[in-house]
Amino acid sequence: MDIYADHAATTKMCDAALRAYADTAAKFYGNASSLHTAGQRAQEVLSDCRARIARLLGCDARELYFTSGGSESDNQAITSAAHAGAKKGKKKLISTAIEHHAVLHTLKKLEREGFEVVLLPVGEDGIVEVSDVEAAIDENTALVSVMFANNEIGTIQPVAEIGALCKKKGVLFHTDAVQAVGHIPVNIREIGCDYLALSAHKFSGPKGVGVLYARRGAPLSPLIEGGAQEHGKRAGTEDLPAIVAMTVALETSIADMDASEKVLKHLQDRLIAGLSKIEHCALNGDRVRRLPGNTSFCFEGIEGESLLLLLDEKGIEASSGSACTSGSLDPSHVLLAIGRVHDVAHGSLRLTLGPENTEEEVDYLIESVKEVVEYLRNMSPVWRDLKEGRRQYIL
Amino acid sequence: MSLYSEKVMDHFKHPRNVGVIEDADGVGEVGNAKCGDIMKMYIKVENGILTDVKFETFGCGSAIASSSMATEMIKGKPLSEALGLTNKAVAEALDGLPAYKMHCSVLAEQAVQAAILDYYKKNNIPYDEADFKCVLCAHEHDEHGGDDGE
Repeated sequence: MDIYADHAATTKMCDAALRAYADTAAKFYGNASSLHTAGQRAQEVLSDCRARIARLLGCDARELYFTSGGSESDNQAITSAAHAGAKKGKKKLISTAIEHHAVLHTLKKLEREGFEVVLLPVGEDGIVEVSDVEAAIDENTALVSVMFANNEIGTIQPVAEIGALCKKKGVLFHTDAVQAVGHIPVNIREIGCDYLALSAHKFSGPKGVGVLYARRGAPLSPLIEGGAQEHGKRAGTEDLPAIVAMTVALETSIADMDASEKVLKHLQDRLIAGLSKIEHCALNGDRVRRLPGNTSFCFEGIEGESLLLLLDEKGIEASSGSACTSGSLDPSHVLLAIGRVHDVAHGSLRLTLGPENTEEEVDYLIESVKEVVEYLRNMSPVWRDLKEGRRQYIL
Repeated sequence: MSLYSEKVMDHFKHPRNVGVIEDADGVGEVGNAKCGDIMKMYIKVENGILTDVKFETFGCGSAIASSSMATEMIKGKPLSEALGLTNKAVAEALDGLPAYKMHCSVLAEQAVQAAILDYYKKNNIPYDEADFKCVLCAHEHDEHGGDDGE
């Protein structure tokens, strides 16, 4: 059985998006910046996509900028807000410890430029406290950046409350909504954010394309210079086939959202219940306030990369936050932020399902994970120490 | 997955000499759980020959494969020869390891030395510290590199 259970990493393009991609590439080859007919036809398609996405997200078309994806959108929003703040003497940037690296690394760069960066902790539930955000905001604050939903543990953050708070305090608010858009309802007017980042390949659209929403009047400076595309805020000929495919994918996933959510929640309940039966393991992140497709666990006494390799042998494609899989010395910063100690964080497994996954597949997932965890524990000196009382169980 | 050579995958999926020797003559444990890998090596020694070797490993694919390969390379060999096992030899026998996984082969070398050192100490056999420089010095992990992309 082949099971793709890594939808938070990327998704397969849906048929409608694939068709739209090919059709657009064939028919609308003009450069949207050209004055001739082919160019103007491309321009019309581009405007149409912008208007359709604006309707889906609850904003004006003029406020949307097509980018290469979530990372670029995050980079541009944060950098723009920070530099605009600095001009007014505001050099404090507030975010959380569980953000994606597209946000964290941008903040790190700004810190080296002299900004003060405050990363708020999250609770064991993987959710930031609004009161912590409120307490951190002062007259020097240029920006608050809090993700909509976490990519590793799927926890949904109180972004609407944070948006309202930021509005009240007169502070710019950015949200990385890469994992949320297309999966749970996202309405920009309801969130009240100044910036929002999304990426097409997370909702069955193509890779390499995304959107930055920047509220009309919110500071925005280009990362890429060289042309008047995207209102002069993002140079480079627009990838029209990708933009059309993204639009179609977003329409499709939003139209199917209620039905998908129902399927995913059912599969998630089954998966969490099944995996919880394995001894000395724990679900990562809040049980309820999480994305319907995300199931993340830590298993004591084993290491995540070997778990992934053996699952791959069984046809299961998953992900882990162990150091060996992240290519760094430390395990996932998200798992550490929710209080998992290193020893346990190394044994993490993230299964992110899509609506095409089935109950039968979930049962196979549960059985396979059980089998592999047991196999690895049987050769683990850590597990032996735990069993024989030389080491204390953490989970 | 093509991260590893076929040999690494073979030793990872079908590790040789996994387990425990209850009445081992020497036991060595290296690494730590915080870093994500621990290797424990058990040896039986008769007339200066490693008659049996077993291991337990908590760690990634290359850690398990390195332990497996190391046990295969020293089993049946005289202690003096086993002490000459280098991490490079283990990695080469596995048809190479990714650069950021080389520390796994270092752990294998250290585990072998730690087990033999334990045997020498238990039996009051005099030894040359130079033979155990890899395990007697502080265990430092190699630097990793890169970033996840998602």
